[in-house]
Amino acid sequence: MSTIDQARLIDLFNLMADAIEREKDHLCELDGAIGDADHGVTMSIGFSAVRKALSEVNAAHPTDVFNTAAKAFLNAVGASAGPLYATAFMRAGAKVKGQTVLDRTAVADMVTAMADGVRSRGKADLGDKTMLDAWDPAAKAALQALEADRSAAEILSQAADAAEKGATTTIDMMAKKGRSARLGPRSVGHIDPGAASTAILLRAMADGFTAE
Amino acid sequence: MKTKKLINDPAAIIDEMLDGMLAAHPQHLMQVPDSPRSIIARDGPRDGKVGLVIGGGSGHEPTFVGFVGRGLADAAAIGNVFASPPPDPILECAKAVDGGAGVLFMYGNYAGDVMNFDMAAEMAAMDDIEVRTVLSTDDVASAPPDRRVDRRVDRRGVAGNFFIFKAAGAACDKMLDFDACERIARKANDHTYTMGVALSPCSLPHTRKPNFDLGPDEMEIGLGIHGEPGVERGPIQSADAVADALMDRILSEMQPSKGDTVAVLVNSLGSTPMMELYLLNRRVKQRLDDIRVGLHATWVGGYCTSMEMAGASISLHHLDGELIEMLDHPCDCAQFRVG
Repeated sequence: MSTIDQARLIDLFNLMADAIEREKDHLCELDGAIGDADHGVTMSIGFSAVRKALSEVNAAHPTDVFNTAAKAFLNAVGASAGPLYATAFMRAGAKVKGQTVLDRTAVADMVTAMADGVRSRGKADLGDKTMLDAWDPAAKAALQALEADRSAAEILSQAADAAEKGATTTIDMMAKKGRSARLGPRSVGHIDPGAASTAILLRAMADGFTAE
Repeated sequence: MKTKKLINDPAAIIDEMLDGMLAAHPQHLMQVPDSPRSIIARDGPRDGKVGLVIGGGSGHEPTFVGFVGRGLADAAAIGNVFASPPPDPILECAKAVDGGAGVLFMYGNYAGDVMNFDMAAEMAAMDDIEVRTVLSTDDVASAPPDRRVDRRVDRRGVAGNFFIFKAAGAACDKMLDFDACERIARKANDHTYTMGVALSPCSLPHTRKPNFDLGPDEMEIGLGIHGEPGVERGPIQSADAVADALMDRILSEMQPSKGDTVAVLVNSLGSTPMMELYLLNRRVKQRLDDIRVGLHATWVGGYCTSMEMAGASISLHHLDGELIEMLDHPCDCAQFRVG
């Protein structure tokens, strides 16, 4: 499969939900080191709501799927993750509006739109030790893969690789935004939980897409 | 080892808590129809009055719902444990209490709360409700030391919300205009200083695991009310020594003059008992007497908790004539009453 239609996109969201459920405790542990230990719970609540909403929605286009997921996630969790991921999904939906299937260009657009959503909602800078440190390299990798004539699957998998690498770089960063910022130097040595969940989601999408 | 808690299904904890709260305070509180996490005051919101909407994550009870009532907040939007409410319940609060004179959003300065309340404010503007936001930033321990910007702006809101919401609620109840309500809210925040100490962590209902490690003989100064690690860890000390450490930081920022007046809140973070809070308060009073600062009023108890965390915070509200008037203005809420 080289494109994503609305049904396939729902499958990918369900795979993301599965991945979050598997990594829930791990994300809580990461958050416990520099935050309030609830990121795994928050993500799990959010993706359970996404799964439920998508099982009930009558989606005609990928944009409907993104908007449904955004609204469900936002209203289930609030917190920081809610506005950030919801804005990411909404921007992706807006970017691919009118398309019934997402081809390789649209897949790259989707990743960059999500990264832009996180950047504008969170107002963090690169290096602040936030999920942007995973999203930004993911978007750059997706664009590079697109320009190198890679397939949609390769675009997603290279974005996931870059997100994982980006998440790892947050270990050495000192937090400047969000709840961990108050720790100052004590935040160094721990991965940012939001960057970690970003990498998990992109990896789940990439794996799900490739497995098809 | 998992923490013992009296809970049912962790996923239902917020809705079940609200059921219990509403059952306990039917004369003060009600839910917005079809928006169960929007709690409004039965008496208070009215035409021509600036509406006051507060809110934030759960786990800090009686903050926030306990401060909903006549003379204080008109509504509170409630999130999951330690998580900001999403925009929808905040927007429903704003709609429910809008009296045509503007709506003030007041909440602690946390990244998640700011994003969700800002989204709600944008949505309210589309419904022709003018919203202004005043963040509480009373936690003097919480500004990262490397920032060059105004430290106040970076700080979090903690137990001092009690005084900050009280002043704003009074201004709104006195039917002052939007500008005056906003000005008084900001001034109350600028005049409120809090420092806390943690003796043991708390745990989330979903995980029931301590959210940070603290050795059996350790305490941590400057912790946040979500159990975020603080700024300084050391061996546990006496009540007087801890009160001194907290008061030293607060007073060095507040810089009171001889003859000034303050109000005091000695707050339990959850499991620290009244007995220990009174010991802290004893020392607070001695310290204020030493520098000839007058005491207008004192509250001692669990007003802004962090579930079962052990520890306490001290808040000082540096008063002037106007803030005294706001503090003494009558209010009648579920958890708190003046006049």
